[in-house]
Amino acid sequence: MSHAIFRPRLIVPLLILLLAGVWFWLPGWQEEVSTATAGNVADPVARGRYLATAGDCLACHTARGGAPYAGGRVLQTAYGDFVTPNITPATGAGLGSWSADDFWRALHYGRGKDGRFLYPAFPYPNYTKINRADSDALYAYLRTIAPVEQRPAEHQLDFPYNQRSLLRLWQALYFKPGVYQADAGQNAEWNRGAYLVQGLGHCGACHTSRDRLGGPNLRLELGGSLLAVQDWYAPSLTDRQEAHLAQDSREDLVALLSTGVSHRHAVFGPMAEVVYRSLQHLDEPDVHAMALYLQSLPPTSAPVASDNPVLPEHEKLAMQIRGKRLYQDLCINCHGKNGEGAPPAYPPLAGNRSLLQANPVNVVRMVLNGGFPPGTRGNPRPYGMPPFGPSLNDREVAAVASYIRTAWGNRGEMVAPQAVERYRTVPAD
Amino acid sequence: MSRFWHSIAVGLVGMLSVGTVAAVPDTLAQRLQACTACHGAQGKATSDGYYPRIAGKPADYLYNQLIHFRDGRRNHPAMVYMVRNQPEAYLREIAQYFSDQHLPYPAPQAGDLDARASARGEQLVRKGDAAQGLPACMQCHGPRLTGMLPAAPGLLGLPRDYLYAQLSNWRNGRRQAATPDCMARVAKALSQDDLVTVASWLSTQPVPVESQPAVAASKPLPLACGSLPQ
Repeated sequence: MSHAIFRPRLIVPLLILLLAGVWFWLPGWQEEVSTATAGNVADPVARGRYLATAGDCLACHTARGGAPYAGGRVLQTAYGDFVTPNITPATGAGLGSWSADDFWRALHYGRGKDGRFLYPAFPYPNYTKINRADSDALYAYLRTIAPVEQRPAEHQLDFPYNQRSLLRLWQALYFKPGVYQADAGQNAEWNRGAYLVQGLGHCGACHTSRDRLGGPNLRLELGGSLLAVQDWYAPSLTDRQEAHLAQDSREDLVALLSTGVSHRHAVFGPMAEVVYRSLQHLDEPDVHAMALYLQSLPPTSAPVASDNPVLPEHEKLAMQIRGKRLYQDLCINCHGKNGEGAPPAYPPLAGNRSLLQANPVNVVRMVLNGGFPPGTRGNPRPYGMPPFGPSLNDREVAAVASYIRTAWGNRGEMVAPQAVERYRTVPAD
Repeated sequence: MSRFWHSIAVGLVGMLSVGTVAAVPDTLAQRLQACTACHGAQGKATSDGYYPRIAGKPADYLYNQLIHFRDGRRNHPAMVYMVRNQPEAYLREIAQYFSDQHLPYPAPQAGDLDARASARGEQLVRKGDAAQGLPACMQCHGPRLTGMLPAAPGLLGLPRDYLYAQLSNWRNGRRQAATPDCMARVAKALSQDDLVTVASWLSTQPVPVESQPAVAASKPLPLACGSLPQ
């Protein structure tokens, strides 16, 4: 999920400078040896299995078609490829020799069994919020998985990112370990939602942008982020012009998170995988709690800068006309004459904020690649959208994207053909 | 108009028009427009010259391919994207739907093989080449080359470029099937010339009127294939 952690450019000189200056006075986190255990949980293994689902551990720690939790999935980033570790209880290749304390140290402090610093591609800035009882339950569950003695390949990172010791600096700058502390001013449901969203759910790993050193932008948490290499935009969950969720009914949001479709939206791209593997399996009260918390987030309005090419003024009218014609030929049967859609099979486009984000990457990729929402227990046979990449040229895709972003009262920006060209070559998968 | 009233207006328009929308047909044909955009109406292929016909292929074959795309044994990015978040029950249903579509085939592609190459192609398909370790295509893909139940696809009515790409991918490991991967063995035993010849020859053959897959073989196949139920 955390494919877009760092941005290169300034990082080399800055790191070297900072490193030289502060290395020796860096405080290591005082690691408390917590004595709390999972003893008060009736069935820690079942509990751990559920928590592992909520954390979507399987998604990153399993290669495509590979043994569950045996690692080996390659996470491509601008800094090189991270290869996820084997977390089965295999003695040599996995976590077989780890104790519950070792596991807690990884989740809570971002340190391996041997004390080495872990890359934050493993979202420990989120997992540090997990309490000790849940950590122990996760550990108990992972002990029950079939061990796979198969060591994944090494990370292939560029210099200086391959210098693991630099993570000491990263942690000093950006990481503060600490279990989620309940907000006494909120009720138990809200706090449960916050615990799941901020911790196990690690929503911010995609939806919070990063600064140039790969640190999360905590002043704009869940404020939206363009996922490098993957080329999807994880929309802001706090900006009212994007995916701020307060405008949907609780029922719609719960439906979207647990089935992949609602009367307003459908999930796609990386979020389809999150729903498919994780959210659809959560207990309804937990999804309700997450929805409650997300809808309570204070609104912000700080759109993420888009460096996408802009359509010149003199081309806008022609683009509209062309786009409308294409829409009537190709889209109208499912999305309706007035963009009203036919939810939940086909989401409405009129008033759909997913279309209006400053960065048009998601709209363009939907038109190019089409696809299915995830097939879930609540929506086991989803309706699909044809990919139009093979049949429409860049100008046509831009025209239809421009039309749906501006028709029926939608107030999005029009899309230039160059933006389509840019995303056409991104592999759909 | 304030944003508030604007959204109210949009909402009202939306509500009004919802009542006029015809119900979405609760059919697989409606659901699977994502597939037919490239594979043609009902999966009978288009004239684009690459995307294969899927209509009428054995359901087990189609299902195996969907699972291969999901699990990394096949890698066409658009296909991986389509199937990766779908439950197996739905993929099974999709495979059955396209397998049940029996539609007439268009005339085959025009060929440019000379007599000698054509004879070689026909020999490989009908007889194989024992010296090269090559069984005849017909032994597994059916006497009419229209496939053989439960999981061997027909080889006729497919574009030459598609056939060529599949054999090449099998040879270099980009396409795989369940182990033991019989087609990988065949593709690796083919010379480059023979590979081109056999793809070309197959693409120029008319599909027989009786185009359904043959019943399962009663005797063992020449090679062990992991894709078949053991």
